Amino acid sequence: MLDPRLWQAREWVTALTLAAFGLAPVFTELASQPFILDLIARLMILAIAAVSLNLILGHGGMISFGHAAYIGIGAYAVGIPAYYEITNGFLQIAIAIGASAVFAFFTGLISLRTKGVYFIMITMAFAQMVYFAFISIEEYGGDDGLVIETRSEFGGLFDIEDTTTFYYFTWVSLVAALYLVRRIMRSRFGMVIEGAKGNERRMQSIGFDTYKYRLTCYVIAGMICGYAGALLGNFTSFFSPEMMDWTHSGELLFMVVLGGAGSLFGPVLGTAAFVLLEEFLSGITIYWQAIFGVLLILVVLFAPGGIDGFLGRLGRKR
Amino acid sequence: MTAAFLQISNLYKSFGGVAATDHVDLEVLEHEVHAVIGPNGAGKTTLISQLAGELEPDDGQVAFLGRDITRLPPHARAQLGLARSFQITSLMLDMTVRDNVALAIQAHDGHSFRFWRDARRDTALTDRAMQALARVGLEGRADTIAQQMSHGEHRQLEIALALATDPKLLLLDEPMAGMGSEEAARMVEILRDLKGSKTMLLIEHDMDAVFALADRITVLVYGKVIATGKPDEIRADESVRRAYLGDEAG
Amino acid sequence: MDWGLLITQVLNGMQLGVLLFLLASGLTLVFGIMDFVNLAHGSLYMMGAFFCATLTEWTGSFVLAAFLALPLTALVGLAVEIIVVRKLYRRDHLDHVLATFGLILVFDTAVQFIWGPAGTAIPLPEWLDGRVEILPNIEFPTFRLLIIATGLVVAIALYWIVTHTRTGMLIRAGASNRTMVSALGIDIGKLFLGLFALGAVLAGLAGLMIAPITEASIGMGNEIIIVAFVVIIIGGIGSIKGAFVAALLVGLIDTMGRSFLDSFLKLFMSIQNAETSAPAISAMMIYILMAAVLAFRPQGLFPPKGR
Repeated sequence: MLDPRLWQAREWVTALTLAAFGLAPVFTELASQPFILDLIARLMILAIAAVSLNLILGHGGMISFGHAAYIGIGAYAVGIPAYYEITNGFLQIAIAIGASAVFAFFTGLISLRTKGVYFIMITMAFAQMVYFAFISIEEYGGDDGLVIETRSEFGGLFDIEDTTTFYYFTWVSLVAALYLVRRIMRSRFGMVIEGAKGNERRMQSIGFDTYKYRLTCYVIAGMICGYAGALLGNFTSFFSPEMMDWTHSGELLFMVVLGGAGSLFGPVLGTAAFVLLEEFLSGITIYWQAIFGVLLILVVLFAPGGIDGFLGRLGRKR
Repeated sequence: MTAAFLQISNLYKSFGGVAATDHVDLEVLEHEVHAVIGPNGAGKTTLISQLAGELEPDDGQVAFLGRDITRLPPHARAQLGLARSFQITSLMLDMTVRDNVALAIQAHDGHSFRFWRDARRDTALTDRAMQALARVGLEGRADTIAQQMSHGEHRQLEIALALATDPKLLLLDEPMAGMGSEEAARMVEILRDLKGSKTMLLIEHDMDAVFALADRITVLVYGKVIATGKPDEIRADESVRRAYLGDEAG
Repeated sequence: MDWGLLITQVLNGMQLGVLLFLLASGLTLVFGIMDFVNLAHGSLYMMGAFFCATLTEWTGSFVLAAFLALPLTALVGLAVEIIVVRKLYRRDHLDHVLATFGLILVFDTAVQFIWGPAGTAIPLPEWLDGRVEILPNIEFPTFRLLIIATGLVVAIALYWIVTHTRTGMLIRAGASNRTMVSALGIDIGKLFLGLFALGAVLAGLAGLMIAPITEASIGMGNEIIIVAFVVIIIGGIGSIKGAFVAALLVGLIDTMGRSFLDSFLKLFMSIQNAETSAPAISAMMIYILMAAVLAFRPQGLFPPKGR
């Protein structure tokens, strides 16, 4: 992985994409097109969410259809304190991660007792529960959403009100999230998660309480996604509960599967493809969602493994 | 005689009114190889599933090392030292042979809530995985994805997984199932090497293997124990010949 | 206690309940027999509503339009099964949810293209538009009573089909033993196609019955489908009886929670606290119910046998 001489299509694409994201501010500065920076920043935030979903979906085989809830929890963890003029970013991020962990723990406790389609529907239902709860809390804007007036403050260390600083803050977060997931999946814990995906019954018969490991993994993924939500709240300066609607959970799933579930970097490519296509198509027609729908059906029917699977096949042919 | 290692008392399980395990009493002693034989439908796999904790009995008790384990879930039994192999190969097919065994060793090490260190570079783990593979003659296949191996190799890996947890008692559910005679002979060799050091409860159809390995044999027919004894006694037992060996021995 | 209000709300809860049942029964049959998760079931609900809206405009009669809209929805169901769903039966649940999520996007956009972004209202004929006195001094909208009656009739018919007919026997057998059904020489492909169309009709019926109250709108199926999922999870996936019991339970609890929870909470807490927390809690109530049921019965209230 670290030796470029051994790299194949997949590794080159990974390295070049991350480098391109990292260098983008330099070029857009020259081209004076800051909206591209905004686009990539949003893309990277969603990519963190997709990477966290991939941890449970791709690596753990847990099909969660409620991941957008954590984005909401993270965003409100920035917005609600900011509403009370608490703008300390460390505190806000701690709340985002902590609240996500608590929510993931209690919903996971129940939903992980179930299998297959029950799990899909229950995760979806719990996410809808959060969505409706926030809609009905008038104090924090109800279904009109909550305006986040000040971005998180990090005690003068750096200032994410500055677009470029925020951009790099997001870039570093994405790279850190990728590194974290990579470490986790290669650790003993990650082996157990992978094993439980492959054959849960056998893992139990050799002595693993797979439920506990899955629950832990589910909580970790929720925490990472909550962090992404905190970034998104800062980025948009406004959060509407509508962003937690289950269709957005579906979009996150789409990003992961489009890129390639179970591969480390696939979700980033999937998110990039999704966001860029959305940007491109919505500029052409207001009916762009239908194209997305057809694309999604085609990917499911004909392109298992997504973009990453395609790159992997490229690599093997050489 | 040593006290029973595994003590099954009055175990009962029925499906839709038909008793699959009909008030079974059975003892496995330390270091013995105890075979359970019986015609198809005798309830052998149902019995082993109750011992492993995947099926809950309707009545009766299972005690292991003097402890009642009747209601323990499978993973807790495995932690106590009860390992099983599956009749239908049950492996982590997407992972390498080494990773499969390494997981079993991890299970034996206690919890795996270790999130940072690369498990595949953890020599404390990989060395022991290689040793476990060597015991069943699979050391040359360590980097193969389990899916790509032959049926016989799958059976060997099954045993390696069960062994890698360093169990006190091995529950072997038809380890020779579906094997050619050469592969079966190899499996008998592997099991014979373990004999004396491991206690085993062996369920098997292959009579040659059973009589070659077992210290004692229990015969199960329609969920009921009809005889228990040394191989010679079982061979000589009239009721067993009638009920079971009769058809095959002719 | 205001008994009139209570009775009205019980009836409203039943009305929501039967609508949920119509949606959930199709979902639970399709899942129970075909092991297929159909997120786009809510789109069929929406199609029923829009077909009925247009046909009401053309024919001038809601009732006639309703009877014409049902076969149209069935046709859409058939098309969806043949073009997409059929190719997915052998795939895993993730593929099911993703592809049918894709279908939702296609349907929502298609409706926007054909009917425009605004909703479409359906005018009721005069004889349905009024209220009837169900008890002295208690009136209830005629049309809502008709919804409840229709739902109950469909529920009884479905239950009878599943328990008393040859098709129903196949359905029950299919749920527990698919190979057996094939062994009986039944064309399982046709059985699936028929069931999928039946599910579409039931969803369409629910959609066209709610549309005169709420109007037909884009994405109208996307919220209620989740509640229908909650219903079949509580009822036990694959069970018609479970879907019925759970649908009424969810319908009643949701409606009651929204109308009475604040007065109930005021018994324990300050008026202000009760008024802030009641909407949030009542919005969450059916999910809490689901969690509670699952904590004790992970397979739902009426798990089908052999699963």
